[in-house]
Amino acid sequence: MLLISCPHCGPRDEHEFAYGHEAHIARPTLEQQNTMTDAEWADYLFMRKNPKGVHFERWVHARGCRQWFNVARHTVTHEIIKVYPMGEPAPKLEQK
Amino acid sequence: MSAQKNRVATGSRIDRSKPVRFTFDGKTYYGYQGDSLASALLANGVTLVGRSFKYHRPRGIISAGAEEPNALMEVGTGARREPNTRAPQIELYDGLVTASQNRWPSLDFDLGAVNSAVSRFLPSGFYYKTFKWPKDGWMFYEKFIRRMAGLGTGSTETDPDRYDKLYAHCDVMVVGAGPAGLAAALSAGRAGARVVLVDEQSELGGSLLSERDRTIDGKPAAEWVAAASAELGNMPEVRVLTRTTAFAYLDANMLSCVERLTDHIGPTASGPRQRLWRVRAKEVILATGSIERPLVYSDNDRPGCMLASAARTYVNRYGATPGQRVVIMTNNDTAYQTALDLTAAGVSVAAIVDLRVNPTGALPQAARAKGIEIIENSAITHVKGTKQVREVDVQTLTSDGKGVTGSARHLYCDTVLSSGGWQPTVHLHSQTRAKVLWDDGIQAFVPGPIMPGQNNRSVGSARGAFGLNEALNEGHNAGAEAAAKFGFSNVTGNAPSAETEPDAQPLRSLWIIPSNVPVGQGGKHFVDYQNDVTAADVMLAHREGYVSVEHLKRYTTMGMATDQGKTSNVNALAIMAGLKNVSIPEVGTTTFRPPYTPVTFGVFAGSDKGDFLDPIRKTPIHQWHAEHGAPFECVGQWHRAWYYPKAGEDMHAAVNREVKATRDSVGIVDASTLGKIDIQGPDAAWFLNMVYTNAWTKLEPGKCRYGFMCGEDGMVFDDGVTSRISENHFHMTTTTGGAPRVMSWLEEWHQCEWPDKKVYFTSVTEQWAVFALNGPNSRKVLEKVVSDIDLSEEAFPFMTWRDCTVAGVKARIYRISFTGELSYEVNIPPSYALHVWRALMTAGEEFSITPYGTEALHVLRAEKGFVIVGQETDGTMTPQDLGFEWIIGKAKPDFIGRRSHLRSDTKRPDRKHLVGLLTENPNDVLAEGAQVVEHVKDKPPMTMIGHVTSSYWSPNANRSIAMAVIKNGRNRMGQTVYLPYDGKVIAAKISKPTFLEDGAPANG
Amino acid sequence: MAEAYTRRSPLQHFGLTAAAAKSNAAGAEVLIGESAHRAIVNIRGDGGEAFKAAVRSVTGVDLPVKPNTTAQAGAFRILWLGPTEWWVVTTSGAEEKLVADLRQAFIGQHAAVIDVSESRAVITLSGTKARDMLARGCSLDLHPRVFGPGQCAQTGLTKANIMLDQTDAAPSFDIYVLKSFADYLWQWFWLIGRDYKLAIKAH
Repeated sequence: MLLISCPHCGPRDEHEFAYGHEAHIARPTLEQQNTMTDAEWADYLFMRKNPKGVHFERWVHARGCRQWFNVARHTVTHEIIKVYPMGEPAPKLEQK
Repeated sequence: MSAQKNRVATGSRIDRSKPVRFTFDGKTYYGYQGDSLASALLANGVTLVGRSFKYHRPRGIISAGAEEPNALMEVGTGARREPNTRAPQIELYDGLVTASQNRWPSLDFDLGAVNSAVSRFLPSGFYYKTFKWPKDGWMFYEKFIRRMAGLGTGSTETDPDRYDKLYAHCDVMVVGAGPAGLAAALSAGRAGARVVLVDEQSELGGSLLSERDRTIDGKPAAEWVAAASAELGNMPEVRVLTRTTAFAYLDANMLSCVERLTDHIGPTASGPRQRLWRVRAKEVILATGSIERPLVYSDNDRPGCMLASAARTYVNRYGATPGQRVVIMTNNDTAYQTALDLTAAGVSVAAIVDLRVNPTGALPQAARAKGIEIIENSAITHVKGTKQVREVDVQTLTSDGKGVTGSARHLYCDTVLSSGGWQPTVHLHSQTRAKVLWDDGIQAFVPGPIMPGQNNRSVGSARGAFGLNEALNEGHNAGAEAAAKFGFSNVTGNAPSAETEPDAQPLRSLWIIPSNVPVGQGGKHFVDYQNDVTAADVMLAHREGYVSVEHLKRYTTMGMATDQGKTSNVNALAIMAGLKNVSIPEVGTTTFRPPYTPVTFGVFAGSDKGDFLDPIRKTPIHQWHAEHGAPFECVGQWHRAWYYPKAGEDMHAAVNREVKATRDSVGIVDASTLGKIDIQGPDAAWFLNMVYTNAWTKLEPGKCRYGFMCGEDGMVFDDGVTSRISENHFHMTTTTGGAPRVMSWLEEWHQCEWPDKKVYFTSVTEQWAVFALNGPNSRKVLEKVVSDIDLSEEAFPFMTWRDCTVAGVKARIYRISFTGELSYEVNIPPSYALHVWRALMTAGEEFSITPYGTEALHVLRAEKGFVIVGQETDGTMTPQDLGFEWIIGKAKPDFIGRRSHLRSDTKRPDRKHLVGLLTENPNDVLAEGAQVVEHVKDKPPMTMIGHVTSSYWSPNANRSIAMAVIKNGRNRMGQTVYLPYDGKVIAAKISKPTFLEDGAPANG
Repeated sequence: MAEAYTRRSPLQHFGLTAAAAKSNAAGAEVLIGESAHRAIVNIRGDGGEAFKAAVRSVTGVDLPVKPNTTAQAGAFRILWLGPTEWWVVTTSGAEEKLVADLRQAFIGQHAAVIDVSESRAVITLSGTKARDMLARGCSLDLHPRVFGPGQCAQTGLTKANIMLDQTDAAPSFDIYVLKSFADYLWQWFWLIGRDYKLAIKAH
C-alpha cells in the first residue's frame, strides 16, 4: 500500500486517496474547442500516457481534506518522487 | 503412554513433565509441550509422513522450518480442517489431529504410487504438452491429473473461527528474532525508538534455539535470549510479536504479518484465531536468517533424508533424533557441527561424506577428534530403501566432480543428512522488487541495493554474514543507526559478543551429485521436492529450449509450489547454469512474491464479513420500514425500502397496490438517500452553467430546475433538480448512487480547472431527510400539517420551493415530481424524521395514504417516461439520445460535454435512441436487458439493434410497459421488433417512451 | 420546533441511556457512547485575516489554520477539515443563531456557511484501550508521540469515513460519522469490542 504525502495532511495510507488521471492535461479553451478537429478533441478526451518510469498524475485526498494535487510517481518502483500542488508545472526529473 | 524411541533423555527446550497427546493418520502418539508436530513424529520414529505431489513417492521430513517442502499436513477436523500445513511449524497441543495428504487409501499403501512406476510417461511439461497434442487430449488428461496430483483438501464448511486485523506503526521494524534481530531490537529499543519485533517461532532466539553450547556475553545462548526477551518485554515502546510471520513487504515499508494467536492451543481456545498486522515502519531491519540447501543426489527424497541443520534443530531444540544411525554428506563445514551434536546426544554417526578434498577446518578436526569417520572427496551415489533409508553407497569423486570412480562402500544407516551450503532468506528483500546478487564466496544470492522508498537493510545471515559475532554486531549497529535516523541516538550498551568462532573452509559446489549411472536413470535426483521436479527435468527443459529462469520455472513448475522453492531455486538455477555453461546469475534470479508462507483467507477478511462485508447505510426511518415488513433494495451501500407487502400479498400485488394508490389518491416514499450538495458563492451560477447542459443564470431564487450533467465526452452521467436559495446560493440534488461522484466531480473541476472561480461545495445529503408525497391528494394531506404557508397552486407552483413548518418541524418543501403527479418533497432534519413521517401518515389516513418503495417509484416514473441515469443510460447516451434535445443550452458558449455533442458521431441521426416498447400481448412483461432484433433467426447470432432498459407491469396503463434504447429508434415509431429471450420470442411495437397521459393510457 | 421528545438521535434506538445505567464503567478499558444532537456548522473561506477575524468575532476562537488541528474557546470548538473548510461545533440548539451570526460576520467576503449538524452522529470513545480499538480499523498513527489533544483528522475507520477529534489525553476521541453509517460503525465497535472490557457512557 502506497504512502502518499498529502500536501496538507502529510503522509497517509493509499486507501484515503483516489486516483484521478494523468496530470497537466489542460481543457482546451472555447476558441480551441471550436477550431479543433474531432480527432484532436478525441486526443484530449481519451489519449493518455502510459510510461514505464515517471508518471505525472492527479490524486485527491478523498477520505481526508478533499484536496486535489499532483504526484510524480515511478510506475515500476512505485516510488513517489514528488507531490506538488495543482497548477504547478510538472517538475523536471531525471528519469530513473 | 507409548515409548518415544527417538527421544533424547535430557536437555533441549521441550518440557518432559508435560506430555501431549496427538493423532497422525488416526493413530495416537505422545509428544511433549514445546514439540513441533515434526519433532514429535520423529521422536516416535515416524519418518514416512506424506506422498509426493506427482509421483506419490513416500516422503519424510526434510527441514525444521518454514522451508519444509514434504511434510505437509491436514490439521484439524470438520470445518476447521486446514490443508498443506508444514509439520515443522505446527506446534503440538493436546488433542491435535493431523493427517497426511495425497494418498489413497493410506499413506503406507497408496494406489497413486503407480505414477512413480510410469514416471517416464509423466515428464516435466507433461501437463502443458496435453494442451498441444493430441487435440482434445487435455480434456481427457485434465481429470486424471487433477485426481492424481495435488495437495490436501480444505474444508468446504464455513470457517467457524474468527480473525482480526489491525494497523501498527513504528520507527524500526525488526523481522526475525535470531541473534541479529534481537541485537537490533535491543539497541533500537534502548535508544527509545518505537520498535516492532516479529518472529514466526513460538519463542525468541531464532537459530540460537538450535544451539547446544554457544555462549553470548559469557552466558549460554539460551540465557542470553531469555535476558534479551525480558529486557525487550519491559520496554514500553517495543512490541514483540512471536508466532508472527512477516509474509509480505509492501510499498513504503508496510509489512503484512500474520500472528497465530490460538493455533498452538487448538479449537478450545477463545478469542481470534489469527490476526493480520499491517505495520507501517520508517525503517525495516531484515534479520530473517538463512536456509540450508540440500544436495541433489540420487533418491535424495527417501524418508530419512533430511537437511543437516534440521537434524541439529531436532536433536538440540526438541530432544528428538531423526534416526539411530546417520550418514552425513556435506560440501561445507557446518554439517560437522550436526555430527558433533548428534554424537553428543548418543546418535551414531556412521560417517561424514565430504565432497571436498582433505577438509581441515576446526569443525572437521573436532569431528575427527571425536572419532567420527570422514570420507573425503566422496559422494553418496545411491540411497536404498523405499519407505525408509536402509543403506547408502559411497564412492570417490572424479577430479571434476562429474563422476565417481572406484568401488562403492556400503554404509548401513536409517538417516542421510545433507548440507549444500546456505542461502540467505532474501524473500522480503526481493518482495520489494529489489535485486539479489550472486556472491561467489558463499555460493548464494545476497540482497542487492534496496529500492527507493523502501528503507530496509538486511543483517546477519540474511545478507550472507553467517558468523554469530557478525550477526550480533550487524544487528546491534543496524538497530542503533535506524533509531538515530529518527532522533533516538542515545544508544546504551555495546554489541553482544560470542566466543571466537572457528574458521570455516570454503565449500565445494557440486550442483548434481553424480552416481555410477547417468542422471535420470536409476534413481531420481530431486531438486524441488514439493513439485516433484528432478535434475533430469531441468535437463529436459534445457534440451527443449526452456532455458531462461522464467521458462524453466513454468515448464518444470520448479519453485511454483506452496514453498516457493525455498530449498530448490538455487539448485535448479545452478544446474541450468551448468548445462548452459554460464554463470548462475546469467541464468537469472528468482523474484519472490508475497506471501512468504501461505496465509489463510480468513485473516484477510478479518471481521469484514456478513453484515460487515460492506457498510449498510440506513435512512433515518429505516426501522419504520423494517417494522412495516419492507424488504430492502441495495442501492450502492444504501438499503432502501423496496415495497411494503400486506398480509397475503406477493411483491407484484404490493407494488401494483402502491402504484395505483399513488395515482388515485396519495403515496409517500422515503427519498432521503437523494444526493444533496450545497453550493455557495458569486460564481455558483456560472459553475452550474458549466456542469449542466442547460442554462442557470436566469433561474430566480425560490425556483427549481431539472438538469443533465454530462462528462466531457458528452455522455449523461447524472441528473437532478437544483434550486436557487438566494442569488449566490443553490441546493443541488443528485441521484442516490451518483452523490459522491458528483461531489468529487464538482470539486475536481473547481480545484483543477477553474480555481479562480468563487464557489464552495458542501455535501448536505444527510442534513435532510426527504419524504415525497405524490398523488392528487398530496396537497390535502400536507395542508393538515402545514399552517404557516399557502400551499395552493397559485401561491406554491410547480418547480418552486418554500420554507415552512411541517408538524411543528422546520422544513423545506420542493414542488418537484418524479411521478408526474402533484408532488411535494418534504425535507426535514433527520432527527425529526420519524415524527414527521408519522404525522404525515396520520394526516393521510383519511386519504388512504400508501407508503411505497423503490419498486413502485420505478414503475411510477416509467409510466411517465422519466429516465433513471444508470438504468436508461450506460455511459454511451447523450441527452439528445434520450430525447432531451430541449435541455441543451443553445445560447450558452460552453459547458462540459458541449464539444463532444458536435462530434460527427454524436450528431448522427441514427444513434441509439430512447423509445418505448409495447408488447403485442399486453400481458408479456419483457426482461430488462433483453436484446432487440429486427429479424428473428433460429439461433444466434442475430443482428441486435438495442436492448430493454426498464420494464414493468403498469397497473395504471393496465399493460406491460418498457423502455429501450434502439438504433435509430425515434425514426422507427410503430415498427414491430422482436425480443428473443429465454427460449421464446416476444413481438413489440416501438412507441414514445411515455405510457400515461393525464392519467389515461397513452396511445401507443 | 416540535417537542424535544419527538427528536431522536441516530443511536437512540439501541437504548443507550438504559444500557449505560446497567453498564459497569469500573474497570472498563473502553467507554463508548453517543453524544447526541451536536451542533456542527460548516464554514468555508480562504482562512485569511478577514476570515479569521470574522470567526473570532462570533465564536471567540482563533481559527486553527494548521492542518488537522482544533481550537476551542468557551462553547465553541473549531475543527480543521481542509485548507478552506472548518467545522464550528457547539452545543445543540445553538446552530441556527450561529449560522446567522457567521453569515452576518462574513458579509463582504467570499465565504460560505451551512448547517450540517443533522448529518452526523458522534460516537465518543475513551479509555486505556481506545487507541488499540481504533487501530482495528484506522490506519492513522495515534501514538501519543504523533497524535494528541488538539489534533483532528478526517480518515477511514473500517469502511466508514470519519472525523476523528482527540479531546483529551485519557485518551478520549469524538468520532463524527454520517448518520447513515452510525448503526454500522456502532455495531462494528461492539464486534471489535468482544476482545475488550467495554462499557457504555451516558452523555
